[in-house]
Amino acid sequence: MDALMLSRLQFAVATFFHFIFVPLTLGLSILIAIMETIYVRTGDEDYRRMARFWGRLFIINFAIGVVTGLTLEFQFGTNWSRYSSYVGDIFGSLLAIEATLAFFLESTFLAVWIFGWNRLSPRVHCLSIWLVALASNLSALWILIANSWMQHPVGYTIRGGRAELTDFLAIVTQPFAIQQFFHTVSGAYILAGFFVMGISAYHLLRRQHIPFFTKSFRMALTFALVFSLAEIVQGHIHGGEVAKIQPTKLAAMESHWESQTGAPMWLFLIPDEKNERNLVELGRIPGALSMLAYHSFQAPVKGLKDFPKDERPPVTLTFVAFRTMVGLGFLFALLTVVAWFKRNKLLESPGFLKVMLYAIPLPYIALQAGWIVTEVGRQPWIVYGLMKTRDAVSPIAASQVGVSLGAFILVYSLLGAAAFYLMIRYARLGPQPLPAAAGEEV
Amino acid sequence: MLETIWFILWGVLWAVYFMLDGYDLGLGALMPFLAKNDTERRLIYRTMGPHWDGNEVWLITAGGVTFAAFPTAYAVMFSGLYSALMLILFALILRGISFAFRDALDHPRWKSIWDWCLILGSFLPALLFGVAFANLFQGIPIGAGGIYQGGLLTLINPYGLAGGLLFLLLFTVHGSLWLAVKTEGDLQQRGAAMARKLWPWLLVMAVLFLLSTQRLTFLYDNYLAHPVLFLIPAVAVAALIMIRVFMGKARWWKAWFASAATIAAATLFGVVGLYPDLLKSSIDPAHSLNIHNASSSPLTLKIMLGVALTFVPLVIAYQVWVHWLFKDKVREQDLDHEEAY
Repeated sequence: MDALMLSRLQFAVATFFHFIFVPLTLGLSILIAIMETIYVRTGDEDYRRMARFWGRLFIINFAIGVVTGLTLEFQFGTNWSRYSSYVGDIFGSLLAIEATLAFFLESTFLAVWIFGWNRLSPRVHCLSIWLVALASNLSALWILIANSWMQHPVGYTIRGGRAELTDFLAIVTQPFAIQQFFHTVSGAYILAGFFVMGISAYHLLRRQHIPFFTKSFRMALTFALVFSLAEIVQGHIHGGEVAKIQPTKLAAMESHWESQTGAPMWLFLIPDEKNERNLVELGRIPGALSMLAYHSFQAPVKGLKDFPKDERPPVTLTFVAFRTMVGLGFLFALLTVVAWFKRNKLLESPGFLKVMLYAIPLPYIALQAGWIVTEVGRQPWIVYGLMKTRDAVSPIAASQVGVSLGAFILVYSLLGAAAFYLMIRYARLGPQPLPAAAGEEV
Repeated sequence: MLETIWFILWGVLWAVYFMLDGYDLGLGALMPFLAKNDTERRLIYRTMGPHWDGNEVWLITAGGVTFAAFPTAYAVMFSGLYSALMLILFALILRGISFAFRDALDHPRWKSIWDWCLILGSFLPALLFGVAFANLFQGIPIGAGGIYQGGLLTLINPYGLAGGLLFLLLFTVHGSLWLAVKTEGDLQQRGAAMARKLWPWLLVMAVLFLLSTQRLTFLYDNYLAHPVLFLIPAVAVAALIMIRVFMGKARWWKAWFASAATIAAATLFGVVGLYPDLLKSSIDPAHSLNIHNASSSPLTLKIMLGVALTFVPLVIAYQVWVHWLFKDKVREQDLDHEEAY
């Protein structure tokens, strides 16, 4: 393999691993902040214990998120130097703004929260976790603005052989960025909600810490329900935005080969990339693709065949990832609606609690699938329509990248194993009595 | 003008990063020589616990600002120094995790694994940042089109190694002083003794480095052109001597501040000497990347300046507040009452 392929693999490993841990922190920080706020307002000790118990799981995820985020920033320079010098005028400044506005706030106030239980008034302590929650989500906003620019470059001009900024506000406020932000954070909130519900279900099934985990479950349920329902509407709007600006991605998402008006959708299909067609097409819904993408049953939808072969993304992967994400999205809405009706009789519904326990991995799969659609679906471009991925890689030796890729796989696997081991252990252990015995707090 | 302001800010960000993360990198690297048992190791972690992450964000920001203000220099620097940066990266990953994971399980082998991640993960960046920066001061083999012409071992040369040793000594003195500030009893004694033992070596190394800088680099050209700039190395040397003075009086906070000033002034000494180059080509000055051929557009620089002037003071304000909040010495009972990560 050449440096290009190895660098792509390395970036994929680094981003996917990073995004196993980050989404939980986006949503869980908010839930913990709400828990602590209720404690400060009502004095109910249960909520203080909840903040500490879920806080411990939060910290494990946060730590991995921080250190693996560093990798991503470095990699633009180490592996994608041509990209960096071509678009650094725009992309680099968005990353620098993220660090200045969000990372400092996040890291500094998380330390205040962790070490400040006995040093700060309850109100100020509670404020510190709100600042962490705000900063985490602010960081998501800036990195997604940066990613959106790669999906849909705006506010620039080509001057002196590179992309130069002409309109900062156009980049920051473009609809695609706003949509992508809401889409991603809603997904992250759903994930956090299911995480808390799943672990609560585990303890409720064992009939331990019942009031504690009933409260946790219900709070997470409200959160997950709101965002699961919102995500369906929002995902549809976001999809419309993709259809408008990235027609090749849309065609790959639907494995749609022939341009046609009144394009149908298929309930089930198997793409056949080599022969530019679908092997199997079952369950035709007439005009549905036109309707969903352009709000008209008759709207023309361009097919993959009308794009040059070297401008098409990998179809099967994009298609499968998209179907997985959408299917799971509907499942989350269904599960949270059912949970809503069972919220007052959780203990009498062991079967449902079991389902919720085993549902913990599903939002993780949905989020990774979503990023596959976003990033694989953008190929062969690194910046859509502006720069191809193959032109972006650093002039470095493949052997160097091979070694670092091997090291990433090894180190990340070990870290991942350690992190999941700790999370499962602390999740099973349940809340500890307060004040805690030596060294066993949070 | 805008480019020059950003060059200065760029240098200041690196100086602040080394000044802050320097103490926790140095202390982490010295842990096996300072702690005799698990409680002492936990105390050492605890002295850095509330701060290391906030300190490291200065690195992310320094890297981000290099990307934002001087994208071409960022691209060539990071791809050219690929292997060295990857080593630093893995070291920082493992040491960062060790803070969060070490005390999460009460098992000796688990703890010992993370202790070694902290020790090596602190030692390597301290050394390698020095090697990297000395090479930047000296110039690296950049050819036409910003292609790095050197090999893996190009960075390992006498001046690079001198820079590495200098940084290691600067950071370990800084870290020993931090321990003397933040603890009491045996641990404080050992931190103080370590700082006293390392300081003469630091002095020798600093003198050697300044002399070889004169022989092997062009850094002094800027100083000879504008002698007032000699104030910067003068501050570095004066602060270095003040470390010894304050150590003699057992004024640990003051000694630590003197050490911070030494590190900041030493970094700025190199950066100012480098101006206007960001990456000096050792092959041909025509291939050097400087503030004129490697910087972002004026509009980006202006927007970023607005962001930096608004938010960096805010960051400094709340980080100072956090240091104030956790200014007390760390005691054994703190380990029981507060959560280590």
